Amino acid sequence: AKIVVHLHPASSNKEPGPFQSSKYSYIKLSFKEHGQIEFYRRLSEEITQRRWESMPTGQAMQVNKDSQAGRIRAVGIVGIERKLEEKRKETDKNISEAFEDLSKLMEKAKEMVELSKSIANKIKEKQGDITEDETIRFKSYLLSMGIANPVTRETYGSGTEYHMQLAKQLAGILQTPLEERGGIMSLTEVYCLVNRARGLELLSPEDLVNACKMLESLKLPLRLRIFDSGVMVIELQSHNEEEMVAAALETVSEKGSLTADEFAKLVGMSVLLAKERLLLAEKMGHLCRDDSVEGLRFYPNLFLTQS
Amino acid sequence: LSQMSKQLETFRTHLEAFASKHKQEIRKSPEFRLQFQDMCATIGVDPLASGKGFWAEMLGVGDFYYELGVQIIEVCLALKHRNGGLITLQELQQQVLKGRGKFAQDVSQDDLLRAIKKLKVLGSGFGLIPVGGTFLVQSVPAELNMDHTVVLQLAEKKGFVTVSEIRASLKWETERAKQVLEHLLKEGMAWLDAQAPAEPQFWLPALFSELHGHEEPPGQP
Repeated sequence: AKIVVHLHPASSNKEPGPFQSSKYSYIKLSFKEHGQIEFYRRLSEEITQRRWESMPTGQAMQVNKDSQAGRIRAVGIVGIERKLEEKRKETDKNISEAFEDLSKLMEKAKEMVELSKSIANKIKEKQGDITEDETIRFKSYLLSMGIANPVTRETYGSGTEYHMQLAKQLAGILQTPLEERGGIMSLTEVYCLVNRARGLELLSPEDLVNACKMLESLKLPLRLRIFDSGVMVIELQSHNEEEMVAAALETVSEKGSLTADEFAKLVGMSVLLAKERLLLAEKMGHLCRDDSVEGLRFYPNLFLTQS
Repeated sequence: LSQMSKQLETFRTHLEAFASKHKQEIRKSPEFRLQFQDMCATIGVDPLASGKGFWAEMLGVGDFYYELGVQIIEVCLALKHRNGGLITLQELQQQVLKGRGKFAQDVSQDDLLRAIKKLKVLGSGFGLIPVGGTFLVQSVPAELNMDHTVVLQLAEKKGFVTVSEIRASLKWETERAKQVLEHLLKEGMAWLDAQAPAEPQFWLPALFSELHGHEEPPGQP
């Protein structure tokens, strides 16, 4: 059975819909089994009543303003659109609930910050009448909350128990990698190495730096070194960069001159560290630089050796 | 002090409750992360300061950002030979997402910015240079002062810049313009096109957005 619905031509101010225009002026509805009678009845009813014209115009997403909540039947495109709308509202609700909870949480966190400030003030007033034990406890509380130390303004929680443990761990983990890399690694290399190995419960960059700062004082076989450029490295205690400089000088002399890139390739080091070594050699007077647009090239310091 | 200890415990419990409800939200939604970070900053809390902090432990924010840090370092290292250690935030985002694979969580530019700010402390020259409404990410310890920055910003529109343009827009003398451009050349951040029709053009590979090839970086020692 078939029902054919003839259509008026579209008005010029037609709202955007699934199709802007069509070459057909009718819709053919085909009923394979049955239902056409009931359908025809309801369709005629709707066309007579034209309820859609009294609904607010707007996007097709506009859901009817019936205050009755409750299940929305999925019927045709409108049904699909309504379902999407419902899902969006649900997601919005989840998010706004999450944000509400977040705000409440932040209120409490703010209280903690205030409390830590007042404690810090009391410490200042007492003027050092606070035990080392208490200082350590306070620092670890700050670390847990992620609050900057208001007393010393130094990096968060540096020198806590946690960082001491971490330093010892690092000494163990880094021994072999350092030996494989000629006794020296940049801190970024260390960061990647350690975190890749961990997989979970990763270290923050600050954790790493704070732990490394303690290496020397804990008499561990590694140390942190900061070059003039600000580049930070970890060295084996047994590593002597100054000795490496002598070797570098030989290499440069053999080749006549080298850039940091060339030297790095030759020796098998990262370019960053190669550059630092050449700069150190220059600082010690063994190398001279030729700085041009072609790059930075180092030559043995002939002024020194051949004067 | 013992009062703080007690309050800390209470706070920890609240955080745990929050985490059990919303931990997924943080992992999945960049908008939520942004809100979270902003609110922390407002009250003076740094949730990324330590992996041992409550925030990292219970919400898992730490792992997300610290791992992102590793990925950022690796991408920058792989592309350094081409762009001299400067890369746009957008390209960085694309490359990082590529590396993370199809099933990883989404990463917003704000996420990258926060991760990079934390990486600064490692001393290898990570920094952010504002250009044209976004950022260039620097990953080498090259000295870039205000003059360099402003020339980078000028170059952002076309991907290259000339001495005449600098003189016209910035009202500098030729010598000053040349010095800045030569420094960028030396650092490998700019390439010289001496065959350009009117005058030499200084191109910035970091700004080549359309010219991404699928090139392999040369093997790193």
